[in-house]
Amino acid sequence: MLRDITLGQYYRTESVVHKLDPRVKLVATFMFIISLFVANNIIGYIIAALFLIMCIALSNVPPKFIFRGMKTIFFLLVITMIFNLFLTPGKELVSFWKFTITYEGVKMASMMAIRLIFLITGSSLMTLTTTPNNLTDGLERLLRPLKLFKVPVHEIAMMMSIALRFIPILMEETDKIMKAQMARGADFESGSLITRAKSLVPLLVPLFISAFRRANDLAMAMEARCYRGGEGRTKMKPLIYSNIDRIAYLVIIVYLALVIICGRILF
Amino acid sequence: MSIILDHVNYIYDEDTAMAHPALIDVCLNIPNGQFVGLIGHTGSGKSTLIQHMNGLEKPTSGSVFYDGKDIHDADYDRKALRAKVGLVFQYPEHQLFETDCFKDVCFGPKNLGLPQKEVELRAYEALKQVGFDDEYFYQSPFDLSGGQKRRVAIAGVLAMKPEVLILDEPTAGLDPKGREDILNLISKLHKEMGITIILVSHSMEDVANYVQRIIVMNKGRVAFDDEPKEVFRHYKELEQIGLAAPQVTYIMQELKQAGFPVDSDVTTLEDAKNEILKAFGKC
Repeated sequence: MLRDITLGQYYRTESVVHKLDPRVKLVATFMFIISLFVANNIIGYIIAALFLIMCIALSNVPPKFIFRGMKTIFFLLVITMIFNLFLTPGKELVSFWKFTITYEGVKMASMMAIRLIFLITGSSLMTLTTTPNNLTDGLERLLRPLKLFKVPVHEIAMMMSIALRFIPILMEETDKIMKAQMARGADFESGSLITRAKSLVPLLVPLFISAFRRANDLAMAMEARCYRGGEGRTKMKPLIYSNIDRIAYLVIIVYLALVIICGRILF
Repeated sequence: MSIILDHVNYIYDEDTAMAHPALIDVCLNIPNGQFVGLIGHTGSGKSTLIQHMNGLEKPTSGSVFYDGKDIHDADYDRKALRAKVGLVFQYPEHQLFETDCFKDVCFGPKNLGLPQKEVELRAYEALKQVGFDDEYFYQSPFDLSGGQKRRVAIAGVLAMKPEVLILDEPTAGLDPKGREDILNLISKLHKEMGITIILVSHSMEDVANYVQRIIVMNKGRVAFDDEPKEVFRHYKELEQIGLAAPQVTYIMQELKQAGFPVDSDVTTLEDAKNEILKAFGKC
């Protein structure tokens, strides 16, 4: 069941999207998210959907794999929808007992759902097509101007890359611990909320201990190789823009302009 | 109470580009009371195989039977199965979590829904069976040495009174003394309690002295499945799949080729010694 979480996992294959400079993908994802909140009519979302489908098609990542990550946010999605559905004031549509569903509520709920789904799909597409190392390299470069304001950009990037790198490792570890406890008759799936929360203790204790041990080992290994922060550190593979990256930037700008014009101004 | 695997296939990460078969057409029959060694190179599918035996993994195709019943039938109680087929994982760190060793061993029987008295009795029994000292009973399991941690982990599974005990590389990361202790302990459990034992290892040396039958896995398939001496006859093929026969086998083979009248089928150090002494006419 833990294999279903795809957020933060890299999918190894060959494609144009995989080859793009991580900075392009970061900016693109950011723009895409902005576009989702700028658009407030159906045409804007159709354009966003088309753009997303195009990206997925270009990325060679099987759609099944991308949407598998959706299962994990399903709960969040339902809650958001319920809140929006019942708590938005406006023109009454249906009413029963203490609840009223308004026209605005339906609109708001479906818009929120679309936004959330697109947002997760878009950002998981980025992490699926970019290795964690590349991703943080890109982030480091993009945030470099912040160094002027004494923001420890390199350190933040390093922390992020370590965190991302450890997601699959810890996930695998969780899987193993879960199995080891299930072999001793542990049950993680049934019972009331409280029993279920309690049943997590045998899972979390070994997981935390192993995470701390790994962190310790990693710190030692970094120190042994004379790591001392970003000052004067060079890159083995510096990021350089190529022609596809420029084309990609163009596509994104055109896309954002289209969404703003169609989703906000024209209609 | 035998375990039967019938044409079991298992594919990891099905439907993705990372899909790869971990088990290919595995057919096995493990009768009651046998001491089996399961050997294979890293990534040969041995860990996946044992997880099929207690229902932690479901085969992509094929079926697993325990005691004549298909364990993936809708109404089969897999939780009860896991008490009967005890599986001790490779790293004790993956299962120890309580504040003291005794409580940790109680975890298994408690999950079976037994009364508190029975739980504690079983835990005490299990810790005694693995030769764990009373004075460490109430110590944190995290302060123990590798060998002692492993004992607690084995006790944690033994406390559920399994009919089959599967141990995944129980000697990994132990020093020679610790290895021997653990292996002797397992052998003792087999003799005294008469339970089926499946010992997973990548070292022939480890298992040769103890087991009645060796199953060799290679790239998800069963490569050999026979008595130790029969398997070791194929020492050349074993080398090709990245394994090796025990050193005894090599010595005996070379002695035989050099013209000494020895039986090259012996598998244990003790037998080899006797064979060599016999060949030299010393006894």
